Amino acid sequence: MREFLVESHENLDRLDQEFLTLERNPADKETLASIFRTVHTLKGTSGLLGYKRLEKLAHSGENLLSRLRSGQLRLQPEMASTLLTMVDVVRAMLASVESSGTEGNGDYSGLLTSLDALAEGRSVPAPVREQATQSPTQVATHASPSGAGLNGTKASASSTSAGIQAPPSAAPPFVKEFVAESHESLDRLDQEFAALERNPGDKATLANIFRTIRTLKGSSGVLGFKKLERLAHSGERLLGRLRSGELELTTEMVSALLALANVIHEMLGHIERSYQDGHNDASALIDTLTRLSQSPSGSEAPSAVPEHRQPSHQARNFAGGVPAPPIDPAEEPHATPKEAPAVPSVADSTLRVDVSLLDKLMNLVGELVLARNRLLQFSVGQEDHDLVAVTQRLNHITTDLQERVMKVRMQPIGNIWSKFPRLVRDLCAQCGKEVQLVLEGQETELDKTLLEAIKDPLTHIVRNAVDHGIEPPQVRQQCGKPTAGRLQLCAYHEGGQVNIEITDDGGGIDLARVRHKAVEKGLLTTDQAARLNDRQALEMIFLPGFSTAEKTTTVSGRGVGMDVVRTNVERIGGSMDIQTRLGEGTTLKIKIPLTLAIIPGLLITCRGERFAIPQTSLVELLRVDPAQGGAGIEMVYGAPVYRLRGKLLPLAFLDRELRLQAGSPSAGSVGPVDIVVLQAEGCPFGLVVDDIHDTEEIVVKPMGRLRGLPCFAGATILGDGRVALILDVVGLALHSGVLAKLKERSFADASESHEQREAGEPLLLFDLDAQTRMAIPLAKVSRLEVIVSSRVERSGGLEVFQQRGQIIPLVRLAQFLSKAGATTDTAGSDELHVVVHSAGNRSVGLVVACIHDIVQKPFELQHGTDRPGILGSAVVQDRVTDLVDVEGVIRTACPAFYAHATT
Amino acid sequence: MPATQHFITFYVGGLFCGIDAVQVQELTTRREMTPVPLAPAEIEGLINLRGEIVTAIDLRRRLALVPRPAEQPPMNVVIRAEGGPVSLLVDEIGDVMEISEDTLESPPETVRGVARELVRGVCQLPGRLLLVLDVGKTLELPTARTSVTTESN
Repeated sequence: MREFLVESHENLDRLDQEFLTLERNPADKETLASIFRTVHTLKGTSGLLGYKRLEKLAHSGENLLSRLRSGQLRLQPEMASTLLTMVDVVRAMLASVESSGTEGNGDYSGLLTSLDALAEGRSVPAPVREQATQSPTQVATHASPSGAGLNGTKASASSTSAGIQAPPSAAPPFVKEFVAESHESLDRLDQEFAALERNPGDKATLANIFRTIRTLKGSSGVLGFKKLERLAHSGERLLGRLRSGELELTTEMVSALLALANVIHEMLGHIERSYQDGHNDASALIDTLTRLSQSPSGSEAPSAVPEHRQPSHQARNFAGGVPAPPIDPAEEPHATPKEAPAVPSVADSTLRVDVSLLDKLMNLVGELVLARNRLLQFSVGQEDHDLVAVTQRLNHITTDLQERVMKVRMQPIGNIWSKFPRLVRDLCAQCGKEVQLVLEGQETELDKTLLEAIKDPLTHIVRNAVDHGIEPPQVRQQCGKPTAGRLQLCAYHEGGQVNIEITDDGGGIDLARVRHKAVEKGLLTTDQAARLNDRQALEMIFLPGFSTAEKTTTVSGRGVGMDVVRTNVERIGGSMDIQTRLGEGTTLKIKIPLTLAIIPGLLITCRGERFAIPQTSLVELLRVDPAQGGAGIEMVYGAPVYRLRGKLLPLAFLDRELRLQAGSPSAGSVGPVDIVVLQAEGCPFGLVVDDIHDTEEIVVKPMGRLRGLPCFAGATILGDGRVALILDVVGLALHSGVLAKLKERSFADASESHEQREAGEPLLLFDLDAQTRMAIPLAKVSRLEVIVSSRVERSGGLEVFQQRGQIIPLVRLAQFLSKAGATTDTAGSDELHVVVHSAGNRSVGLVVACIHDIVQKPFELQHGTDRPGILGSAVVQDRVTDLVDVEGVIRTACPAFYAHATT
Repeated sequence: MPATQHFITFYVGGLFCGIDAVQVQELTTRREMTPVPLAPAEIEGLINLRGEIVTAIDLRRRLALVPRPAEQPPMNVVIRAEGGPVSLLVDEIGDVMEISEDTLESPPETVRGVARELVRGVCQLPGRLLLVLDVGKTLELPTARTSVTTESN
């Protein structure tokens, strides 16, 4: 019994081969005899074992073959197809015998009728063919010639076991496979169509396209998706004639074929959801394709029903003993099996695996890594050499395994790039541009999840490059560039990261226009804009809602863009860099980690809880100890900041942000503070934590049901088995509001660094007395204090007060400026409002009457004064405001200050 | 012949509750708990269950009962749920009981508040009441309140 099955399967495989040989050489008596013998044996054995239906089928086949052998009939393609179908059905029956012990209850009457009719020398009656398309298996009768080598066998096998008359939905695994496979082929098609359009004479590409469409036709026929089959068929016909050289490729054809690919995609979508090919029968497209395939020599092509011509056409070829030229559409059904042997070499060595299985595997490896980490900790200081040796060995194996499993999840970036040729082509058509797309390093691999994550950002960048970057052909010509722009995507590995560079040779980003836009949108003043260096100006394009496009097109330019792109890239631990030269082009460089599953992370503690921070966001670690001199954390109007190398670093307190218990240490508190400097969307900020530990390889795990919490990117399990949360740096920055403030400030900083007495920077407004409104640039303010007048002491002729062991001289600003009414200023009140200015490790306090506000509105400074200590006046909030020359005042009031500060 | 079901029973804050045994993955003792800041109050934290990260819901808080005394370690009733297992923290595990579905009655008036929404049915046992919890509703938490303010940024 078992023997019968194995033997029969072998025989069937041989039959396939032999039929093909026979088809090429119909006069080959020897092959025919061999086929006959095989089928005859099959008939005999199955009869013996009681498989009546199998016997009957083999018998019909035998009949036909014996007539062929005797020369009563000549082999026609129709016969070959029908016989091949028989082989498939037999194979399906055997599979059923193998799994269930019965032949299944499929209805092969259509096939039997065909075989008998052919044996009697008649052609296959039309109704049978028609009926044949009604059920999946019977469809095989009709369509398997093209699909026989690929899906046909599998499909008929499945339907046998599932009950032959069952609707296609009964075989979802195969349908799923079919859909997945077809989507892949279609992606390739897009690319090939684009290539074909560039080079219409490329026979090889054309042949590839032709094959893909035909395979699709075959498979869809086998699975009973008639609309899809019909559509693919009409495409195939056009392609066949293109391939044979009967027709010249026109743009119209390319568009029609691309439309074909789109509709097929759509239908596949339907199939995936409902196992039906949808209601759209795409008749208009079929008509177009048919019309295109008929012209120009209409007389030669009654191609609406080309099948009817096949027998005679083919017969001619056979009669002449000349193998049909591969370009003949009628010969095509046999081409696939011929080419098929080339495919299995890859197919046999690869395996389709469910992603969820890989994820589980990855999880287990993660576990192993953690267990290894614990064991390594444990083995340190152990005397037992064997144990240490085994641990080391385990360590190596684990590392190796981790790398391999990660590799399994890797996919070439070409998988997502394959869509771009088509995208670029369509965009070019829309914008009237010519772009040559160059893809380099398509084989560069990265983790599947990352690949998914960068798909949209990359698409956006490519769109941008075509729409905004590359100029229209006329403009390019005027600039002396080739009319076709060049867009190059290049991917490569570097230092454990993947670099992706998108380079165009277009117009570049006009920084003058960026500045202009920034002013126009009220983001910057003219002065500030002019003062931005190029790098800073370039940063502007990452602001939300920023677009330099003159007009919004359907393609891009609505200003929803680069900020989202950057956020997405940073979410996966990547970074972005942009370089541009006006008139020469733009290069965008994206760096992303290879994988997200296991990343290096910094462990920190806050209120007794441990958290991990992805290393990619880390800039530096600081330990601020006010007791050691130098400034600690200071408050600028409620917002904690730290002065890091002359710049204000905004701070977020982790315990406060996460509402951890026991309240947060107050700003400016004594005692050392640990600050982790992080980078979010290009802006640094400091995160105040309790303690900083080591970096460690952490395994990123989803947070289960708690997804969507603002500050966490996931969770991990630490060496001691406890769960630790992984901080989402961008999320944390947004949550704490640091990022919003940063964005405003980073541009203010730009002007500040140039010249200090600039208008438009944030100002601290205060009242000098009842009538006089004054302002100090916020950058000069290190903190604000309110002290009771009893704390004021005198030292060396100056009023001073103590704070944290430091002696801070006080300058009564009103007296200093000897304004009218100065004598009555704050002398009588209990509290003094002090604006503290620091330089180096020294501070000085300016006593004012009342702190009013901080403004960031730009204003016009009028240099109309030569009063000492006053830079000028301006109108702020509808009041005349004097801007204090802080350095000038201090230099005069306590000359020793700067001398000390600089030493 | 009415179908019977097995119920895992447990005590939580003086209530005697049960859950369809089919939905229970396992029962474990106390695990190291990692609190999740900004999460809804019912979330006690995350635990490591043989390498899988499991969200733990404090059933006392979920049922709006008095908090569990600190010295009383909770037990984990790990539920199979969509999107990963979830642990319900209870005071004490009881027996497995076989109860026929038709002896379940709708909850009496004495059960009030949140508990009433979560109780699928009540079974009268000699001397006590078994509250059968609706697992789906029990695991359904009010959406994270804390995240609302930041999303709008």
